[in-house]
Amino acid sequence: MSALAGPYATDAAGHAATEAARNRRFGPLYSRNVRAVVARGLMATKSSNWMVMLSGFFEPVLYLISMGVGLGAIVGAVQGPGGQQISYAAYIAPALLAVSAMNGAVYDSTWNVFFKMNFAKLYQGMLYTSLGPIDVAMGEIFLALLRGAMYATGFTAVMGVMGLITTPWAVLMIPAAVLIAFGFASFGMGITSFMKTFQQMDWINFVMLPMFLFSATFYPLSVYPQGIQWLIQAMPLWHGVELLRQISVGAFTPATAVHIGYYLVMIVLGVALTTGRLRRLFLK
Amino acid sequence: MSSPAETGPPRYVITAENLTKSYGDVTAVDGISFRVPAGEAFGLLGPNGAGKSTTMKMIGGVSQRTSGSLSIMGLDPEQHGPEVRAHLGVVPQQDNLDEELRVRDNLLVYGRYFGLPMSYLRPKADELLEFAQLTDKAKSKVDALSGGMKRRLTIARSLINEPRILLLDEPTTGLDPQARHILWDRLFRLKEQGVTLILTTHYMDEAEQLCDRLIVVDKGRIMAEGSPASLIREYSTREVLELRFGSERNATIGAELEGIGERIETLPDRVLIYAHDGEAALEQVSVRGLRPVTSLVRRSSLEDVFLRLTGRSLVD
Repeated sequence: MSALAGPYATDAAGHAATEAARNRRFGPLYSRNVRAVVARGLMATKSSNWMVMLSGFFEPVLYLISMGVGLGAIVGAVQGPGGQQISYAAYIAPALLAVSAMNGAVYDSTWNVFFKMNFAKLYQGMLYTSLGPIDVAMGEIFLALLRGAMYATGFTAVMGVMGLITTPWAVLMIPAAVLIAFGFASFGMGITSFMKTFQQMDWINFVMLPMFLFSATFYPLSVYPQGIQWLIQAMPLWHGVELLRQISVGAFTPATAVHIGYYLVMIVLGVALTTGRLRRLFLK
Repeated sequence: MSSPAETGPPRYVITAENLTKSYGDVTAVDGISFRVPAGEAFGLLGPNGAGKSTTMKMIGGVSQRTSGSLSIMGLDPEQHGPEVRAHLGVVPQQDNLDEELRVRDNLLVYGRYFGLPMSYLRPKADELLEFAQLTDKAKSKVDALSGGMKRRLTIARSLINEPRILLLDEPTTGLDPQARHILWDRLFRLKEQGVTLILTTHYMDEAEQLCDRLIVVDKGRIMAEGSPASLIREYSTREVLELRFGSERNATIGAELEGIGERIETLPDRVLIYAHDGEAALEQVSVRGLRPVTSLVRRSSLEDVFLRLTGRSLVD
């Protein structure tokens, strides 16, 4: 199951020779039609709640203005990842971008998926067609990524306007934010598949809010005692915050690879979990 | 689509042998076997919980069988789910239309799930809206449709991939009589076009109207198999005399009716006398001096077959 991301990743290459073997292996699970699920999602967006979508974008922007500009006036300059002095706004902006990517991906892959799974019976209908659970899972995750990418692009633009971007490397924050969104979306959808009631869905917020506040978002990790540091470092958001903060100033270390690796593992596990759950729920 | 002129043995589109499905200790489908030739309207008739829907799910490859074998057009739906479903149309028991999309978009998007191109889907969607008598609702929201319209849209949606086999799970449950008749008419037309219909129902009249052949299922087992007419011939008499003596006397009157007709079935609200000639039986009743509150002579139906086969009456 750990290789589930494989066929999708090499899809574009389209090696005809391996296609038959691939079809055999994923025969009942995958029909190479992720785009139909994505197209459906885009079409449905037309009738969806734009206010909810916009609020997801504005939330980190408001934090950036109040904390970065307001609180930043008291804090002054702080030490950036490369050792140089940067403004407090420039310090927290990449962290808030990571939060923004997480929020966009999690909203789409948890609440939206929860509703479609339990009330709209959407996946039930999809799986009675040629689509397999991998098509459905990858399509829904892709939609969450699209949203994460939109938020990330918008937020990076806001950073540019506020004069918080000082290096061309900062453009790489957008694909890195998509990587973060991928990790959260694939895991979020898998976890949502276990949820049966709205009360259980609240647990997601219960995990997300402390992660947002304490993942070295607003101050460095070094303020915590060692034990707490390890706990924070085990959490996914901290890796996202650190990754984007490094990219924002173009200061890369071996830790950069660890952060990226963390998300790659999270994606593979998340997609495998989601696919397995969809299969268990709808193809029992 | 097979033409009736074809010779040789019938081509079976569905072959099930000893099909079994258990959920833990509960056996929902208990070793049933049947074969369905192309173009037939085949019914699974039985009460709620008989295992009909579970059988349908196994045919669609969305439920894994516990044992037995199943072949849909030569393919095992568990191994070749997407390929099998490419030839299936599915009308589930509960409508699961996409409420976030408009009526016509429901058809287009569903067609995309089969990987069909838009150049095919656009005219096909219009054709199916016409067929479902929903052309003027093309741009409506789904939740603005009536129950009957939603059902017709679900059927139209199930036809988007020109399926060879159409699975209909309780297609008219919850519809008013007029909506049911419109739906039956649409299903007849599909049958005329050579689509194989697999239908579950607990409405006996629906089974008689639509099915060429059916199996009567109870508690996961097949009780009988045949055409509606042959089942009635085999398990019931030509006519039935229904008598009501009032709920007090229905239970005790049986003995006084002894000898009239071939068989007597006592239900809480009425007594059924199975006889070749219902009018003659009614005459015998009045000769014995019995005065029912109401009496009715009717032809035997599948309801009577089911009563006979399962011994199930409301007395239990």
